[in-house]
Amino acid sequence: MSEENGGINPNSMTIIVTKGSLDWAYPPFILSTTAAAMGLDVALFFTFYGLPLLLKDLNLQVTPLGNAAMKMPMMGGHMVMPNLMAAIPGVDAMASKMMKNLIKKKGVASIEELRELAVEADVRMIACQMTMDLFEYSKDDMIEGIEIGGAATYIEIASKSHINLFV
Amino acid sequence: MADKTLDAKGLNCPLPILKAKKALKEVPAGGTLEILATDPGSVADFQAFSRTTGNELVEHSEEGGVYRFLLRKTA
Repeated sequence: MSEENGGINPNSMTIIVTKGSLDWAYPPFILSTTAAAMGLDVALFFTFYGLPLLLKDLNLQVTPLGNAAMKMPMMGGHMVMPNLMAAIPGVDAMASKMMKNLIKKKGVASIEELRELAVEADVRMIACQMTMDLFEYSKDDMIEGIEIGGAATYIEIASKSHINLFV
Repeated sequence: MADKTLDAKGLNCPLPILKAKKALKEVPAGGTLEILATDPGSVADFQAFSRTTGNELVEHSEEGGVYRFLLRKTA
């Protein structure tokens, strides 16, 4: 770190992770593992609905409800589910199962696998203390090796990081 | 002949890159890693990986839908 660039490490990235559904879990884990593989120091800050991505047991779901851009490949075309149908109990579970099958079939990594690779690659994972209090989670619910911090913890890291993203 | 070969066929982004990074650890300095992949996105990605990490992409080719990359461990 040199003084010339204001103390910013040119090979570093942070991502604020605010969404924990099966689809939105992908960008932070794909980008963080890849950045780490390319030699960057990476920190992820999990807050609000992103926090459950640190739970030991992941059971990620995706919903077609209000998700107009979710077009699933079906019978040679692409299908959007009308909200009225998407609101029916059991549809989320079915859509999540379909998505997981598709992920497997296309050789896309599971979130569990990517998270493991992120831990292996020394990606820093910081759980937001306030969100843990708000939604009543304890550190015992979370995977090993995470840190706990707040807004100031994130800002300190981000102020020295070259790439800062919000997902 | 490469020092090590990684079969990443059937794997999608970012797994070929992540597995290549791991496999490079088992390649001696100056040695080469051969990667076989079917992900068309890996063509641009291995070039970017090479430019960013400094590991030289010695060659890349495609045959019958299989992409072959040869990385030299220089970083």
